[in-house]
Amino acid sequence: MEIKDKRPASLEDIQNEIIDEFSIFGDDRESTIFYIMELGQKLPPLDEQYKTDQYIIKGCQSKVWLTARLEGDRVYFDADSNTEITKGLISLLIRVLSGQKADDIINADLYFLEKIGMSNIIGAQRSNGLAAMIKQMKLYALAFKSKMNNE
Amino acid sequence: MEQTGIKTDIGKIREQFPVLRQEVNGKKLIYFDNAATTQKPLSVINALTDYYRHYNANIHRGVHALAERATAAYENTRKLIGEFINATDTEEVIFTSGTTAGINLVASAWGRKFLQKDDEVIISEMEHHSNIVPWQMICEEKGARLMVIPVDNKGELVMSEYEKMLGDRTRMVAVTHISNALGTINPVEEIVAKAREAGAVTLLDGAQATAHVDIDVQALGCDFYAFSAHKLFGPTGVGILYGKRAILEAMNPWQGGGEMIEEVTFEKTTYNEIPYKFEAGTPNIADVIAFGEAVRFLNGIGGKKELLSHERELLQKATEGLKAIDGVKIIGEAHEKIGVLSFVVDGMHHFDIGMLLDARGIAVRTGHHCTQPLMRRYGIEGTVRASFSIYNTTEEVEFFIESLKQIIAKWR
Repeated sequence: MEIKDKRPASLEDIQNEIIDEFSIFGDDRESTIFYIMELGQKLPPLDEQYKTDQYIIKGCQSKVWLTARLEGDRVYFDADSNTEITKGLISLLIRVLSGQKADDIINADLYFLEKIGMSNIIGAQRSNGLAAMIKQMKLYALAFKSKMNNE
Repeated sequence: MEQTGIKTDIGKIREQFPVLRQEVNGKKLIYFDNAATTQKPLSVINALTDYYRHYNANIHRGVHALAERATAAYENTRKLIGEFINATDTEEVIFTSGTTAGINLVASAWGRKFLQKDDEVIISEMEHHSNIVPWQMICEEKGARLMVIPVDNKGELVMSEYEKMLGDRTRMVAVTHISNALGTINPVEEIVAKAREAGAVTLLDGAQATAHVDIDVQALGCDFYAFSAHKLFGPTGVGILYGKRAILEAMNPWQGGGEMIEEVTFEKTTYNEIPYKFEAGTPNIADVIAFGEAVRFLNGIGGKKELLSHERELLQKATEGLKAIDGVKIIGEAHEKIGVLSFVVDGMHHFDIGMLLDARGIAVRTGHHCTQPLMRRYGIEGTVRASFSIYNTTEEVEFFIESLKQIIAKWR
């Protein structure tokens, strides 16, 4: 099967791009938060059928719904949340991980979060939520990988 | 006209709260989360270290000097609290770990002995989960029914519905004195009086009330009154359960252990007198002693009348300010309110607003405030809640309103 690479950008390239974008805000916490909220607004809407408990990520204070699909050897994610900040956070993860190969997602080192000081911006409770999102995305990739291996 | 009280002394009051002198996120801290917990004055903080530095000892049954001193200080707080709430006897004051523990104590110890199948327990729609779940648990155990007084659009209890609920099967009426989510001051004297006419026992959840209004348990006429030290300028981990002597004596202990016994043999244990019957185990000695200082602090600033009038001034200013902002809706507009202001903003989630205010140094609470049924009543998931205390200023309120205005404008 021929695989069309829809997302040529590497995980590193995308992460570096995000680090760059966030660097302009410096210590301006409010602008950073507003920027995250704006990213959330730009996230394509999630089909209502996925906004059920089955797709909800456990461990988040806010509601986050996440779904994934496999196209070729690439994994794509769609998500939504009831708060703009959380939506912005998941949109950043989607930007980095969506369209990557399952193995790359599983092994992804999301260093951009530390580089932009995300835990300091969003606090400990939301950081736990963010970790839950990453874990869920990796679990999806793992499930697709084992499905591909079995086929 | 001569000005007295808090208004002129607010700077002096603030000096007593070291935590207020700091920046968060590079901005001057404005602490508007007082309904969750108040900050602590120096006297309370010093009492804690003083105890551990100079006379830490387990209380009661000690013959040595430190134990004597610790016991005296511990029991002195009990006496202070008794006076603070105008209890008939000091023995009616039981130390707990907080309001939640006090309510659980009553639900378990009183409920187990006196509740029967098909009996009715009345609570209200504006209760904190702490005054819902313990009753649900004991009702389920006993086959009793839980009834709920509804709340109207303004955030007041529908008293006519309450009156209809009272009847032969009513055993307990347990309601909050002041709503933590709405700020509503409930007509508790009337609620208690009507319950007593129906022959029911009454418990008031005073967690939100004690820092704002005078508490006189004799005038209120309630059988139980539960509250927490930490919402009253005292330390966390200490609460008070007031109970009338006769009913406390009729109840069996809640937890078994040291302190609460008279004599233990393997065949039978006899229990200590009140209040010790309900204070099993080594209590939170240091925090209880420090709580005494919190009560002294409150008495020292001219009592709660001063405090409430200052808060109301802030509340009025904040309410007017919020109402002038497009898209802001206040949740809870009862006639009688303390300085608690809950609101929602069109098109913005309360968590997001909370974080944006935090970026400006303003601490508010966001979420359901442990009152999910009440939030459901208003068809919302949660609110932003600003709650005021003695050390807050009109300038802080102005900054908060201005910040909120700007944040909403930026997002639109």
